[in-house]
Amino acid sequence: MSSPPDVSSGRSPDEALRRSAGPDPTESPLPGAAETTSTGSSRQASLWSDAWRQLRRNPIFVIASLLLVVLATMAAFPSLFTNADPLSCNLANSRGGPGTNGAWFGYDLQGCDYYANIIYGVRVSMVIGVAVVGGALVIGVTLGALAGFYGGWFDSLMSRITDIFFGLPLILGAIILLNAFTGDRGLFQVSLALIAFGWMTILRLLRSSVIAVKSTDYVQAARALGAGDWRIITTHILPNAIAPVLVYATIAIGGIIAAEATLSFLGIGLQRPSISWGLQIEEARDFVRTSPYLLLIPSAFLSVTVLCFIMLGDALRDALDPKLR
Amino acid sequence: MGRYIARRLLLTIPVLLGSTFLIFAMVYALPGDPIAALAGDRPLAPGVVAELKDRYNLNDPLLVQYGKYLGALLQGDLGTDFAGRSVSATVAERLPVTIKLALVAIAFEAVMGLVAGILAGIRKGSFFDNLVLVSTIGVVSIPVFVLGFVAQITLGLRLNLFPISGISEGLYSYLLPGFVLAALSVAYVARLTRTSLVENLRNDYVRTAKAKGLPPRTVVGKHAMRNSLIPVVTFLGADLGTLLSGAIVTEGIFNIPGLGRTVFQAVLLSEGAVVVGIVTLFILFYILFNLVVDILYAALDPRIRYE
Repeated sequence: MSSPPDVSSGRSPDEALRRSAGPDPTESPLPGAAETTSTGSSRQASLWSDAWRQLRRNPIFVIASLLLVVLATMAAFPSLFTNADPLSCNLANSRGGPGTNGAWFGYDLQGCDYYANIIYGVRVSMVIGVAVVGGALVIGVTLGALAGFYGGWFDSLMSRITDIFFGLPLILGAIILLNAFTGDRGLFQVSLALIAFGWMTILRLLRSSVIAVKSTDYVQAARALGAGDWRIITTHILPNAIAPVLVYATIAIGGIIAAEATLSFLGIGLQRPSISWGLQIEEARDFVRTSPYLLLIPSAFLSVTVLCFIMLGDALRDALDPKLR
Repeated sequence: MGRYIARRLLLTIPVLLGSTFLIFAMVYALPGDPIAALAGDRPLAPGVVAELKDRYNLNDPLLVQYGKYLGALLQGDLGTDFAGRSVSATVAERLPVTIKLALVAIAFEAVMGLVAGILAGIRKGSFFDNLVLVSTIGVVSIPVFVLGFVAQITLGLRLNLFPISGISEGLYSYLLPGFVLAALSVAYVARLTRTSLVENLRNDYVRTAKAKGLPPRTVVGKHAMRNSLIPVVTFLGADLGTLLSGAIVTEGIFNIPGLGRTVFQAVLLSEGAVVVGIVTLFILFYILFNLVVDILYAALDPRIRYE
């Protein structure tokens, strides 16, 4: 299933993706050396500025972010891309193939402009992807930082709770939870269900990297200087521990977008008149013989969107993992 | 080792209790009234409703319901659905189908993933290596239900190579769904194999083997592969646990009467007993296979020792 893989165990598939990514061939032996001397800047290169320098040179990063900018623009201003109203439909056009009446992608079963529907579908995917991962980040980062920093009973409790939630696969858990909601299922309900079963990996990742950073000298130094727990966590530990979480979160946006489409496709996610690629694919399943484009176009958009986030995350990982330099 | 297994099994108990309670709460906190839904348009007589509610413990508070359920579960009783059929009978009927599908999928993963990973790993940087890297990213980004449909259209309908629905043609009808179910993990296995082979080929003992004049086949097949396979075998073990519980979408698309499709239909029908029973089984699989994998790790790699 497309649920985000379990990264907590040392042998997770994510690990495989990371290690096999390999060093960037375009990288010079001394990254950034030329720039710092030529500008005369005495500022030390941080992990983040190094990463940014490497990212700009990575063609995968450039392609993925350009595509994502286009998709984000579609999500924010769909009317820039199409004049047609996705919900004004004419049954006379039902399942008219691409090119009918000048409609690029043809018409769907109800005779709605398919291109407009696809474009308006970007918004739902993007909003759910970002909202769910944002929500999961809030839960996972807060609890993970506290569990990693303080340890003790809170840490044990959190470990057991994550174990409990890990036992339920993302899609299955979301299905059961969504079925328990009465009334309409909209963006809010679907996001909530996906957050409920999507935060565990972030907590585990952050917890282990906080534990690794906690014992470093600069944290000891900060403590010796009298910094309080809050200050140590927010200004010293988190900036140095968050990198693996950000990589995972970027890839997870893709996974969540796929999960939303899966739920809507199964009929338990968004409902009409919401516009979602999953709903479009579900409708197209009855017409695969006669109108395969109804299935292929939203599928292609969905896959490319997911692919963008995976590529972005991969590039981010190459840039942020100092071991690969 | 024995103590490690015992400790792990003990730790399983709170997790199992927590997970089952989580599902139980989600299923039985349902605001809908399954008894009313049973009756359809004509409401049932009040006596019948009371009798049914009593039989399925629907009047008790949640914790009491859960306690009664656990008590029955410990005696091997998974409860009955609203049609009066025991959940154990449903599981006994559907489980073999799911196991067959999972085994077909694992076979695909092992064969395709290993072959692609080994070929890419021994010629790092070659055209084939890059092809594997690019195609695995591509496969990972295609959602399973999309992959299932495209496979159905192209291989099933257009080329007419495989049956696309049901299991009436025996093992043959499991091939296409098994492949779709496996696709994501094939990509992982290929990458895992490649990475671990590339790492091991850099090791001193491989250089020694080469220096002894052993043919490349022996160096890769006997020396490097042994170590490289450890993470792959353990991944396959863990994935078997996932496949046994993760086939809702694939079973739905290919109309395969396994546990995944059954549990999905049960959720839609608010058949609480069926949902809780099957999902509990899934969690058991997940926990069990993770334990087996950890033990397997120690068994395969003598450097790993558990207290």
